[in-house]
Amino acid sequence: MWTGDKMITNPNAYDLIVAILNAIGVYNIILGFFQDLGMEYILRVIIVLVIIAVLLVFVLLTVMFLSWLERKMFAVVQSRYGPMVTGPRGLFQPIADGIKLLGKEDIIPAKADRWIFTLAPFVVFVSVLLVFIPLPFGRSLIVSDLKVGLLYIIAISAVTPISILLAGWASNNKYSLMGAIRAVAQDISYTIPLAITAIAVVVFVGSLSTVDIVNAQSGYWFGFIPKWFIFLQPLGFILFLIACIAEMGRIPFDFQESEQELVAGFFTEYSGMKFAMFFLAEYAHLFAVSGIIVTIFLGGWTGPALPFIPFELTSLIYFMIKTYAVIFFAMWLRDTVPRVRIDQLLNLGWKIMIPLALLNLLLAAFVVTAGVI
Amino acid sequence: METETLLLNMGPVHPSTHGVLRFKLRMDGEIIRDCQVVVGYLHRGTEKLGEMKTYLQFVPYTDRLDYIAAMPNNYSYVKAVEELAGIEVPLRAEYIRVLVMELNRIVNHLVFMGSLLLDLGASTMIMYGFREREKALQLYESLCGARMTFNYIRPGGVREDLPDGFIPKLREFIKDMEKRIPDYEDLINGNEIFLMRMKNIGVINAEEAINSGMTGPSLRGSGVDYDIRKVEPYSIYPDLDFKACMRSECDSLARYLVRVDEMRESLHILEQIADTMPEGKFINQRYGMAPTTGAPTAVMSFFPRIFTPRAGEVYSRIEAPKGELGFYVASDGTTKPYRVKIRSPSFCNLVALPKMVAGLKIPDLIAAFGTIDVVLGDVDR
Repeated sequence: MWTGDKMITNPNAYDLIVAILNAIGVYNIILGFFQDLGMEYILRVIIVLVIIAVLLVFVLLTVMFLSWLERKMFAVVQSRYGPMVTGPRGLFQPIADGIKLLGKEDIIPAKADRWIFTLAPFVVFVSVLLVFIPLPFGRSLIVSDLKVGLLYIIAISAVTPISILLAGWASNNKYSLMGAIRAVAQDISYTIPLAITAIAVVVFVGSLSTVDIVNAQSGYWFGFIPKWFIFLQPLGFILFLIACIAEMGRIPFDFQESEQELVAGFFTEYSGMKFAMFFLAEYAHLFAVSGIIVTIFLGGWTGPALPFIPFELTSLIYFMIKTYAVIFFAMWLRDTVPRVRIDQLLNLGWKIMIPLALLNLLLAAFVVTAGVI
Repeated sequence: METETLLLNMGPVHPSTHGVLRFKLRMDGEIIRDCQVVVGYLHRGTEKLGEMKTYLQFVPYTDRLDYIAAMPNNYSYVKAVEELAGIEVPLRAEYIRVLVMELNRIVNHLVFMGSLLLDLGASTMIMYGFREREKALQLYESLCGARMTFNYIRPGGVREDLPDGFIPKLREFIKDMEKRIPDYEDLINGNEIFLMRMKNIGVINAEEAINSGMTGPSLRGSGVDYDIRKVEPYSIYPDLDFKACMRSECDSLARYLVRVDEMRESLHILEQIADTMPEGKFINQRYGMAPTTGAPTAVMSFFPRIFTPRAGEVYSRIEAPKGELGFYVASDGTTKPYRVKIRSPSFCNLVALPKMVAGLKIPDLIAAFGTIDVVLGDVDR
């Protein structure tokens, strides 16, 4: 169902806030106040800032929770306790870590390129945060439903290796440089299958907008199988999942930092808050990528509506449950398997995954053209 | 395109050099063109210390060589001294010695499995390995009060008799381990990534391995059936039923699998010892200035702390968990050795590493280095 250039407007978070304000009957009063001043745009700016603040707080809290969850899961798998002292079951451990990192000396090596060295962690962090903009957390819970949402996500993800290369190069350390070179090689070879499998989904949906992709997955086949793309494209899902884990740089594909070989890879020389930025970015990336997997293949926020509860809330819960399932898988994988070697990874990417991704695209195109679905 | 090689200095402080080893690598991108192993960062002059201490005083120093498995160090030195001084050892003492040494072999291989998998990036196995190791260490603790540096085996026998309930606890450990080893094999051996990382990596053929002076499980991974317990039996090994584990693939995987098999064989040996442990004295009292009671309570007073062997020299070698551990002890007829030379398996096995890794990549260096199982205390002495 190609929509051509028909204008689609899906509700986003801005509309939601306006709707909530309307529901409690204050929107017109506030709007009237700003209209009297002749500065209606100020209200719009305020609402956008509120959205950004909510998103930032939500992402940072999630990141803190994820770092706790990762350690706790790791501990359970290894028959240990994990963090236990700070707060109930060690739940405040990330805060303690943050305070510790804030107090650390911020070292810049004498031979490092100071500007780029300082810039790199911010570029990593910002590029990861930007991925959240077209990510639908629930119905209407999206910062901006870009018409090119998927393209935007893939493009922004491609900024991360550049910033890693910046960090690795600027550190003027051999381990950092090798980690950075590996990260770039890995990202280039995995963004391609990632994009091709995403295109296969776009062929079905006919739109790059993430909300349209989710909407296309609502409903059921035969009344009980949800219309998620994982069932339509199992091969595509597996390829996308592997590519995503490689993109995130987690075990078994964590070459950029592979601590047993390259000490800490590209952030060997980083300490204090700059190190914390990489750390935060890593978990934010995990969250973002899991959200993308859920959006594209696992039906996003779709699910049965519950009575009396607004679907905006239930859809958020559905989305979070699915996202945490993917995160759980990624963490479980990290606890279990060793790391593959860099050349084996590149072989897998170029010789197996790209041909399979193209095959998957061909199948999808055939199915759509033949009108089976 | 003109490229240049990169000199990468790996260590002495690096997460996966198992201590303070240093590699000087000439890298062509990711590929190792040349690998130089630099040792000596943990040198403590143990051999020289041997000349300063009496025969008994030197035993604790041997604990600090291969601290993962210290009992064989004790034993190898004590065996040399016993041969030099002609001290006889009661049968029970020999049984206890083999028991603690085989237990130590299991401990060593558990740590080996854990640290190898940690080097490959899978950090769960080391916790499992240490969980099982803890049970063995508790056995040692009940035996001699120490968990790693035992100072337990001494000329004439062992320091203390087995405590009450030791054998039942040992049987429990054996039963537990027999369940755990298949678990580990499920976790590791079937893992495709693990096989990808280990197969045909760090290959060294039998001839090169022998020429490099490799011994122990690392050599047997190259298809050489050479186990000192078999070729030059000592202690009670001739009476025990076990086989020397061997594989002929010559790669990292073979060296790993040999060690897993060895753990099973060691468990088998432990079972036999638990069944046939003889009664009797645990230390030779003939040489002692024994008090009139004769009851084996205060052991230190039973055996002379200072004794003078005949002038001469002895080389004693045993199959330690890591390979051939030899002590050359020369006596000039005084109370202290004239010379102590330690032939340590870690040091000699390390010689083969540059041959294994030329042309491979850094991750392979880490994997191959992990499979030759080196302890830096043993390398530098």
